[in-house]
Amino acid sequence: MKITREDVVRVAELAHLELSEAEVGLFRGQLDSILEYVEKLNQLDTANVEPMAGGRPAGVADDPSSALRDDVPWPVAPIDHPEALRAAPDAAPPTAAGGPGFFRVPKVIDR
Amino acid sequence: MSATTARTIPSVREALRSKKISARELAGEFYARIEKRNPELNAFLALCPERAYAQGDRVDAMIARGEDLPPLAGVPIAVKDVISTRGVPTTCGSRILECYRPAYDATAVLRLEAAGAVILGKTNCDEFAMGSSNENSAYGPVRNPVAPDRVPGGSSGGSAAAVAAGLAVAALGTDTGGSIRQPASLVGVPGMMPTYGRVSRYGLIAFASSLDRIGPFATTVADAATVLGVMAGRDPNDSTSAPIPVPDYAAEIDKPVAGMRIGIAKEYFAEGSDPEVRRHVEAAIERLKSLGCQPVELRMPHTDYAIATYYLVATAEASANLARFDGVRYGLRVDSLDLRDMYKKTRGAGFGAEVKRRIMLGTYALSAGYYDAYYLKAQRVRALIARDFIEAFAKVDCIVTPTSPVPAFRLGERTADPLQMYLADIYTVTGSLAGVPGISVPCGRTSAGLPVGLQIFGPHFGEEKILRLANAFERANEA
Repeated sequence: MKITREDVVRVAELAHLELSEAEVGLFRGQLDSILEYVEKLNQLDTANVEPMAGGRPAGVADDPSSALRDDVPWPVAPIDHPEALRAAPDAAPPTAAGGPGFFRVPKVIDR
Repeated sequence: MSATTARTIPSVREALRSKKISARELAGEFYARIEKRNPELNAFLALCPERAYAQGDRVDAMIARGEDLPPLAGVPIAVKDVISTRGVPTTCGSRILECYRPAYDATAVLRLEAAGAVILGKTNCDEFAMGSSNENSAYGPVRNPVAPDRVPGGSSGGSAAAVAAGLAVAALGTDTGGSIRQPASLVGVPGMMPTYGRVSRYGLIAFASSLDRIGPFATTVADAATVLGVMAGRDPNDSTSAPIPVPDYAAEIDKPVAGMRIGIAKEYFAEGSDPEVRRHVEAAIERLKSLGCQPVELRMPHTDYAIATYYLVATAEASANLARFDGVRYGLRVDSLDLRDMYKKTRGAGFGAEVKRRIMLGTYALSAGYYDAYYLKAQRVRALIARDFIEAFAKVDCIVTPTSPVPAFRLGERTADPLQMYLADIYTVTGSLAGVPGISVPCGRTSAGLPVGLQIFGPHFGEEKILRLANAFERANEA
């Protein structure tokens, strides 16, 4: 196999995924066969082909001036702040004194 | 009236206008039907009766005032669970969003409701739209209403099943590699993927941003055209939505098809297709010829590279998009004293096997030392696949192919080998990569009674051409 166990562990680390031992073994075999399959792309000479970058090929409705909306504020915020905080697994809600509220995460700074 | 007859947009309109039923009562009848069928089919994950009845009451008030009705007035519609609905659960078929209720609506949903549609609820799907059988949902598979021991296709299996079983007049799906067209084919209803940029993706929870598209399922091509027309058009909240005028699709679809040039590429009729599927698609081409369409033989030489290209591009984009599910702003959190450990445990517990596999593949393809060999290579081949389409559309108006190489397969039949499952999308991913629109329209049933779909591709922003051809085919097939 081209893919080693260490490759799987390294990629899982990059992807922030905790995998079980069984998953590491399973994905090693499956990723190996998928990567072997995609090797077929190397049959094609693409040295002079510009890579596609986006959902439509170059030249189809790609007027860049249309990509941005006018730089004016929305009259109403599209997302309600307290409602957005309510979706969080751990958040400090807005306070009566006007505190906006915030997401809580495990401590990241040691001092 | 017996509302079981109101299965199409015109029949709903007629029933409401003639006051045979109110919009509120009609919604109630659909909920009664869902209550009866859903335990078996598992097509709906959540219902939103309060929202539906409130909308029904608004439509009923318009009728009482004698106002002109908007195009989807009172029409019961289901929405795939990857599309955001404010205050209504939106799980993406994943444990990681089990309790998530979005704080805003997708543009597509807002436009449907502004046109009078009644949103019934959210439909089951493969987790984050990753799958071709709906067996990757964390909330159980959907069953095919035509044959309950078989899959409805995926990833928009719940939407397809809901429309096929008469639990909604229309439904929204999303299509990244075939996720509208393939399930439409497997349950036997029309399902359409518009051009990339035709319908806003704002509020669609992203899987692969350069491929994802929202589109309709309906029981007729005409209804699919009506729903698409309501959703289509530039949205300042999606910078990839195109500022191209939207034709009146409903008016376009009845124009004649005689003289249309239909491309037939032999790459789509290779070995590996089910012989009955092939026979029905060839008969459909004969039917189109009898309507006056001119067949044109095509070569699309990069077709065979599409699956490999797709599974690199789509997984790379997915690995970036799904980084947002980290236990901080929404969804599941598995506690830990360490932030990085919290991310890893949350994602390890919240994502299912297929999602993890694709994140792993995409992360690998984007990682240092592999980016050029995999991701950039795939984007170059993608450009060649798109060129095949652009060159073809210089010669033809539409391209016709089978939608799926096989009819609906049995639950569990293909789950062991991910690569085999990926090959279910062999005829649909090409158009996804090229950004062109495509529709699947029913073209017969196998000897076992399983539906077969005819796929029709059109040029970029040429939805009216494929709708016109599909509509003419549907009518000829009924006659």
